[in-house]
Amino acid sequence: MAETEVSKKRKRPIVRLAVLLLSHSVLVSVICCTAGVFGLLLLPVLAKNTYISENALMPGSASSMLSNQEVSEANKLIKELNNLHSNPLGATTESHGIIAKYMSNLGAQVNNHKFHPQLNQFHPLHFFSGPDSGVMQENSTRSLYGINTVGIIRAPRGDGKEAIVLVTPYNAVKGGVRETLSLGIAYSVFSLLTRVTWLAKDIIWLVADSQYGEYAPVAAWLRDYHTPAFSNLDSLNTETCHVGNNNFESKISYGIRRSGTMAAALVLGVAYGNENEDTLGIYAEASNGQMPNLDLINIVHYLAVHRQGLRVKVEQFHWLLNSKWVKSLGEVFESLGKMVKTLNPDWKLGISAADYVEGAATLASSLYHQALGVPTGPHGAFRDYQVDAITLEFSLRISFDRLDRRNDFLLHGGRINGLLGGITLFHF
Amino acid sequence: MAILLSRRSNLLAVVVLLLCQLFLYATVSSSGSVLKQGGGEEFSEELLLKPFPDRKVLAHFHFQSRAPHSSSHGRHHHLFPKAIAQLVKKFRVKEMELSFTQGRWRYEQWGGFDPLSSNNAKPPGVELWAVFDVPQSLVDVYWRNLTHTLSGLFCASINFLESSTTYSAPELTFKPSFGNLRYGTLPREAVCTENLTPWLKLLPCRDKAGLSALMDRPSIYRGFYHSQRLRLTSSESGSDEVDSGIGLDQTLTVVLQPSSWRTGKTYSVETNIQPSWSISSIFGRNIPGKCVIAKSSNVYLQLDNGLVGELKNLERENAKYVANTFESEGFQSNHAFKISVTPDKVFEEVDNLHGKSTSVIYGFSVEKYSDSQPFDLGLTWKIPVVWSCQQAPLHASRFLMGSGNERGAIAISLEPTESSEGLPTSHIIDGRCELRVDIFQVVPWYIKVYFHTLQVFVDKQPRAMADVVDKIRVSPSKDKVSPGVMEMILKLPCGSKSAAFSLEFDKGFLHIDEYPPDANQGFDIPSALISFPSFNARMNFSEDEFLNNSPILSKFQETSPVLSYTEVLLIPLTTPDFSMPYNVITITCTVFALYFGSLLNVLRRRVDEEERILRSRAGHKAGWISQLLSRLSAKLRGRPQEQPTSSLPHSFISFRLVLKILLVASIAVTWQYYFG
Repeated sequence: MAETEVSKKRKRPIVRLAVLLLSHSVLVSVICCTAGVFGLLLLPVLAKNTYISENALMPGSASSMLSNQEVSEANKLIKELNNLHSNPLGATTESHGIIAKYMSNLGAQVNNHKFHPQLNQFHPLHFFSGPDSGVMQENSTRSLYGINTVGIIRAPRGDGKEAIVLVTPYNAVKGGVRETLSLGIAYSVFSLLTRVTWLAKDIIWLVADSQYGEYAPVAAWLRDYHTPAFSNLDSLNTETCHVGNNNFESKISYGIRRSGTMAAALVLGVAYGNENEDTLGIYAEASNGQMPNLDLINIVHYLAVHRQGLRVKVEQFHWLLNSKWVKSLGEVFESLGKMVKTLNPDWKLGISAADYVEGAATLASSLYHQALGVPTGPHGAFRDYQVDAITLEFSLRISFDRLDRRNDFLLHGGRINGLLGGITLFHF
Repeated sequence: MAILLSRRSNLLAVVVLLLCQLFLYATVSSSGSVLKQGGGEEFSEELLLKPFPDRKVLAHFHFQSRAPHSSSHGRHHHLFPKAIAQLVKKFRVKEMELSFTQGRWRYEQWGGFDPLSSNNAKPPGVELWAVFDVPQSLVDVYWRNLTHTLSGLFCASINFLESSTTYSAPELTFKPSFGNLRYGTLPREAVCTENLTPWLKLLPCRDKAGLSALMDRPSIYRGFYHSQRLRLTSSESGSDEVDSGIGLDQTLTVVLQPSSWRTGKTYSVETNIQPSWSISSIFGRNIPGKCVIAKSSNVYLQLDNGLVGELKNLERENAKYVANTFESEGFQSNHAFKISVTPDKVFEEVDNLHGKSTSVIYGFSVEKYSDSQPFDLGLTWKIPVVWSCQQAPLHASRFLMGSGNERGAIAISLEPTESSEGLPTSHIIDGRCELRVDIFQVVPWYIKVYFHTLQVFVDKQPRAMADVVDKIRVSPSKDKVSPGVMEMILKLPCGSKSAAFSLEFDKGFLHIDEYPPDANQGFDIPSALISFPSFNARMNFSEDEFLNNSPILSKFQETSPVLSYTEVLLIPLTTPDFSMPYNVITITCTVFALYFGSLLNVLRRRVDEEERILRSRAGHKAGWISQLLSRLSAKLRGRPQEQPTSSLPHSFISFRLVLKILLVASIAVTWQYYFG
């Protein structure tokens, strides 16, 4: 009898534990929070280098064969486009004509895509509404339209089931040297890809008219690519557009040309670099914090660092780079790592303070963008169609005005070619 | 003994050698007579070369073997491959076509109207159809056996067509049949030399002599399109003297890039000049004479009507050249191009109701060439010429709509091509001009197509189905049993600018072991077949005895509808994480092991006995350390030693436990430190 009483008093241990935790809930939550923050701070230390099975993916098996010829052609394109900027009137239509002419000279199939931009892409009231909200707006924006130029290379031996998309945002009116340069890079890559025979997937080059932001034209093109309107009511692309006095212009169709299912997409951009090195920035966050297949980022990173000797810079919070407490934390971890190393040289916990700061900045930026849910670039539009996409942003230390420097820069296009080669093999 | 044996074997070898030689002489001397008598069997080889507007060159090999029906000549064959004859006999094949294709035929650049493209443009991968001469209930069984045999013959996974989910029985659109036709495709089959070698083995000369000696594997597979085809026709009844027996047509169609292209500047205006090529520059080999046992061995060079028309225009502009040099002998070296060998014959297409330009074919006979003087045909362009091939009346493209893993839609859009405007509109029915289009589409069962959602748009206006669709035959898919088949006969109004059809579907789920390798890439929907029965892809030549003997040219003169295939579609389906089954297996195994372990433990434990044993053991000897310790403590306390009971003092146990753990930990740390 006495024994049963005792057992009743002494409840089961799990219940006792729960009661204990509840009674000290404030303390427990504080402990959990600090543990979480500590874990987050520890993450850059624990981060391992990504491993890519070279045999499986063979990234960079395509050697960069960008010749001077392509570069000079790209330079010609840039010069022609830059000349247009002197007279902004009619620059838009002419620039499309020029780009289309260059594309079709390469043997690509070219078409224009006309779209009405949906302004206020992230209007809070339309956040939860369906695609109809866009149609509602369209009436008001009828008069506004942009024109994308799309060129498609068919893979010589491929069966055309899949395609890789190259996107270069280009604003014909306000676009500076920066944007024409990104066009030049894309052009040189594109012209190289028209001549290679190892291509397994089609290549689509989309020159997105970024008058209304970089995101809108890409999203509009993707929408029309995936859900075309067959009926007459809301078709834009059939409207005959006789703006071009150029003879060539009239030949370009406004109907969407298609290739197969999109496998991956790369957005190319150029930024003015203010750093000491040529760097390559990678942006990957799409809407609602979606991320592309990390293999895509890894391949780009691997090829850029190991094959091309570029410095890769994933997006960072710059204010974190200079903050003192992160630095001191990094130093603490560094000394800790050193101490651990004396115990066993194989334990590689040690990370230099500078690396730590950088890692923390990258991590914080990625966390922030994923939490915010706003895409960091035009690649975000692709993620809505389950297409892996990232934005690559090249930046240089010297200004682009010098020609030799520009040539040098265009030769970097060859590096992207290696990237594309890796990506074409990516799903194979 | 050993010496004796070897001597004897030497002698034997000599005798065998002699016999062999004798036999060889006999066969060589008799081969001529075999050819003459033929046993009714014949073999002929031909090659057609044709320049394309986009600087590529088409090479189309055609090998034709014929054998009279086996009942009349026993079961031996002189030339005809025995494997095929057996196959025809055993599976009672009436008609069969098997094609292996890599790459896609570009209808916009390479044309889609002439008999060459209608017959030889095939969907990527493997396509097989066969008509059997058996009762309908047996057709499926014969089909299955045939697929297995072909799979063995051609080293391909044709045996996957055995499953009823992969083949279908078209009735309306594909070919007139009475339920004994089966059709199946494998879009993902990779085609390579392993498929070509058995195909070449069916030829009497293999690739050792004759035109097939050109088939240098690297240069063939370097091409942009590669389609190897085998077509069988057999007729049981011997009523028709000419056609009775088995006919085997083997064709290989390759589109190659002449190598001079790379050196040329790609950007400047000079690019318009076509690359000059020769047989040796394309294939890296020459033709070393004909295959000895071939009845005829010819090479043709075709200039299609677009090119000829363009050349004539150019000539008209050039006043010094008189028109009609084409028909004259001097045509082979006119101002536009030069052919290195004088053609033996020139055929010009006769026609045409509407006075359009016609294509020209130059014929070259290989018979007079030999090893010492190989045949090498070259074409050199002198001036840039731009032309375009005649395209099918409508350009068909098929694509996917929608996104996400749940549902989507297949759309087929038909748009008139540039060349279609001048086409004859001879099919006016009831005062209305209509264009008949047949669509045949097979969809695998895991793409669950809802046929009632078929929407038709003509000229961007939604139309009722009855207005446009003349006849439709649908067989819905059954899960894991049969694919969905849709056959439509459409009547489109002539002047329509566009037509589009869309069909919605749900994406199904597969069982884990039904996923093909690399399922993450997506699933293929085979090409749809679009045919235009109101147009005939045929060429008319003036009557010539020669034409009827030439397999390629007689094929050109056959009446066949214009066909085109659409693209293969790739649908991403939901795929499981394929490591998941292994995780599940591991977890369940662990759970089971734990469960059975504890259950066994409970079952085989005898509680009473154990307690008794423990007690008795405790009575005899408690651990010597504890005894020692207890003795020590007793001495320290100055009390008599307690009799150790079954309930040992807890403090001691925990103390020992901590001690043990510390010991192990220190051992581990030292081990790590020194040896780790």
